[in-house]
Amino acid sequence: MKLLYFAWLRARIGCAEEEVALPHEVRDVAGLLDWLRSRDGRYAEALQNLAIVRVAVNQDYVGLDHPVRDGDEIAIFPPVTGG
Amino acid sequence: MIRVQREDFDIGIELDRLASGNHRIGGIASFIGLVRDMGGSDRVSALTLEHYPGMTEKKLAEIELEAHRRWPLDASLIIHRYGRLEPGDRIVLVATASPHREAALAACHFLIDWLKTDAPFWKSEDTPDGERWVEARAEDDAAMIRWQGRSSEDER
Repeated sequence: MKLLYFAWLRARIGCAEEEVALPHEVRDVAGLLDWLRSRDGRYAEALQNLAIVRVAVNQDYVGLDHPVRDGDEIAIFPPVTGG
Repeated sequence: MIRVQREDFDIGIELDRLASGNHRIGGIASFIGLVRDMGGSDRVSALTLEHYPGMTEKKLAEIELEAHRRWPLDASLIIHRYGRLEPGDRIVLVATASPHREAALAACHFLIDWLKTDAPFWKSEDTPDGERWVEARAEDDAAMIRWQGRSSEDER
């Protein structure tokens, strides 16, 4: 699974993109975020407030209960500020 | 049409091209977003716009399609820049062309409101203390919510 991070989430995590093997118990976005937070203090800090975290699976916005699968492209980023 | 690009654009050329050869078009509405100097004690010397290549184009195309579903548009154009921009620089152009002004003006307003909450761009400001990420504004969410649940019949 490919994980992408943008804006201050990328800066805090210290990584723009990584390939991860999904643990068996991770089935949805909420599970993925829990697992990432447990990996490292940088993830725990960057992902502590989910009110300011958006997730896209295969380039569409999704909620925390959206399923995740190996092969998905999952992007994690703050609320957008373009325009 | 959607364009995501680092380079600047020429407003006159873009608007001319939008209506060129289509004499059904009675009017073009446009919105041009500029880099604003926020003022105050924190001087911002420049902005850097980051985006999510792939999803940006996908979301902009969806937004454009939705505008065409809601209003009778003959043409539309969204250009959004990324990279380093200075105060006064153009960031975004939204333009819509229609036989009548109501559709063009409403669709243009809709597109810029929707783009601000849906298109995956992020601004960071260069300040004397380093980069500072711009926070999303609640007003932008409120502006977008106004368009939800309104049918095309309401708009026409």
